[in-house]
Amino acid sequence: MEGHSTYQPKGKVAQWFESRLPIVGLIHSSAVAYPVPKNLNYMWTFGAILTFMLVCQIVSGVVLAMHYVAYGPVAFARVEHIMRDVSYGWLIRYIHANGASMFFIAVYIHMFRGMYYGSYKAPREVLWILGVIIYLLMMATGFMGYVLPWGQMSFWGATVITNLFSAIPWVGETIVQWLWGGYSVGDPTLNRFFSLHYLLPFMIAGVVGLHIWALHHVGQNNPDGLDIKSVAKDTVPFTPYATIKDTFAMVVFLIFFSWFIFYIPNYLGHSDNYIPANPLSTPAHIVPEWYYLPFYAILRSIPDKLGGVLAMFGAIVVLAFLPWLDTSKVRSAKYRPLFRQFFWVFVVVAVGLGYLGSQPAEGGYVIVSRIFTAYYFIHFLIILPLLGLFERPKPLPASIADAVLAKGAKGGAAVAGAAGPGTH
Amino acid sequence: MTIRSSLFGAVAAAFLLAGAGAPALAAEGGGHDNRPHRLSWSFAGPFGMYDPAQLQRGFKVFKEVCAACHSANYLYFRNLTQEGGPRFTEAQAKQVAGEYQITDGPNDSGDMFQRPGRLSDHWPAPFPNDNAARAANGGALPPDFSVLAKARSYHVGFPGFITDAFIQYQEHGVDYIHALLTGYADAPADVHLQPGLQYNKYFPGNQIAMPKPISDGQVEYTDGAPQTVDQYASDVSAFMMWMAEPHLDSRKRIGFQVMIFLIVLSGLLYFTKKKIWSKVDH
Repeated sequence: MEGHSTYQPKGKVAQWFESRLPIVGLIHSSAVAYPVPKNLNYMWTFGAILTFMLVCQIVSGVVLAMHYVAYGPVAFARVEHIMRDVSYGWLIRYIHANGASMFFIAVYIHMFRGMYYGSYKAPREVLWILGVIIYLLMMATGFMGYVLPWGQMSFWGATVITNLFSAIPWVGETIVQWLWGGYSVGDPTLNRFFSLHYLLPFMIAGVVGLHIWALHHVGQNNPDGLDIKSVAKDTVPFTPYATIKDTFAMVVFLIFFSWFIFYIPNYLGHSDNYIPANPLSTPAHIVPEWYYLPFYAILRSIPDKLGGVLAMFGAIVVLAFLPWLDTSKVRSAKYRPLFRQFFWVFVVVAVGLGYLGSQPAEGGYVIVSRIFTAYYFIHFLIILPLLGLFERPKPLPASIADAVLAKGAKGGAAVAGAAGPGTH
Repeated sequence: MTIRSSLFGAVAAAFLLAGAGAPALAAEGGGHDNRPHRLSWSFAGPFGMYDPAQLQRGFKVFKEVCAACHSANYLYFRNLTQEGGPRFTEAQAKQVAGEYQITDGPNDSGDMFQRPGRLSDHWPAPFPNDNAARAANGGALPPDFSVLAKARSYHVGFPGFITDAFIQYQEHGVDYIHALLTGYADAPADVHLQPGLQYNKYFPGNQIAMPKPISDGQVEYTDGAPQTVDQYASDVSAFMMWMAEPHLDSRKRIGFQVMIFLIVLSGLLYFTKKKIWSKVDH
């Protein structure tokens, strides 16, 4: 899909530079001339929002790192120093902490978009798998970042999650002590988590580069799930069409983000994390941040430690196999009425698992968690493969241009013979 | 299909359980299913600000009553003069600091020595270390006050926790602390008090080591505010909120400016987007 660039450098300096490092041409072909299906909806703006959030987290994180010290006896105090004495330190800290939640809200919408419209299907399998890798890196980064303030939840959440690796047969205990740098979560753990928390976002940035490259090579999916037949009739150039739409969506997202930063900055956190870490006092309820709750519920559903760990990681790894588990030849749920219903049931189950992850693992909560966990895997491993074989999809439009025209006609507008400048 | 009908049954069961089964096992406040009442605070809501008079009264309560046992290690005497706080003058803050002896040193002979406090010192802790604090308080450690108003909360069930995001409720801590201070009562007949503990309606488990810290008329207010436990509790809770979030005033003020800017910007971008896309079928 790239290679549509018509960039010809004007001026001697521009030509000199372009013949040595064709970066301006690359930007032109990726972000100016790059053809984008004209039927995209706002679900497609979350890629740009995510890129923005990654930059936001890196910038705010680097500034925080200038004032933070990853040493147990002072870490909590340093965060308070940032909140009280560093100029606008409170703002940078709240941007970074709430930014992590915003990052995950955006990534979940982005992933559910992919699942709904079949964006993981051929030829976008590698694109999807790169996305799963980015998601795993994000989870690792977020986990380690939450440990850094060294509050009660930081310490005990780290203890619970790192202890999971002891479930590995034979080498588990050794691996966990190697991870900890000791015989329990302590100062070495905090220090290395800080180092890795600084490193991983740059690995995310690298995989995001591959992700965008894979995307641009095959082109965007679209809400109708149709291939691009004619660049002239089906697409518009990225600039100005997608640029302005992404910018608008980003600003709306910033309004949502700012609501949290300025008015309810501690809403998504846990009050126990304002208690300094105390290895001798366990909180009554250890819960991770909200974006891990569904997987926490899955982990606790299985009565066996190793089984729970395998189920939790399996719940993420199964996503990587989605392109092959879904056997339907039709991409978009718009034309798959049965799949659409199962999709929304899956969304309810995922959100339900999130709620269950926040509750104590007792009584009725355990029973429902087990049912929902079973359903989660049944959705991927049984329902999706069978749906493709038995479902009767709705007839697909001939092309994106036809789908757009049909939508216009349905809306009561006069059917345009030919669209405007973009089609010639 | 059987999978779906049993699923709907499970979802219904989950909601029933969520409603009925919110056990009082939460370590957060609200023992015996007692939820703290939500008071109206001057610093609540999008245009909330601290009331300097209330903060000064709260500081007086903290200084005369609470500081005997509770430390406030992140409170510096200079904080008392900063914007958005109790608005003491520099002279007043210096005088307060001067009332305390701070350990400093070592001097050139290698000795530690005592000297009067300065603006750059933090609030002196009443005990030299945690063990001394426990020994003086029957084995219980009086928690540090600096972020205590953010370190306490109480269980808000469904759908409260969703509406709280819209009404900007962030005062869980101060509502809980106020409730705790006014929640001392005689133990009901069916409760057996452990030795050394007192009954409190809002403390998790209902048995708290801290004896009732304050009674009516204990602290003298010079501005005419009522000298009741309820007033003392409100004032010291507000002061604790300020200690925990000293920049709240500017956070909400800047937040308003940012929201207006972003809303105007999004409006402009929306119409620009419409204009650009007007020639294209989509």
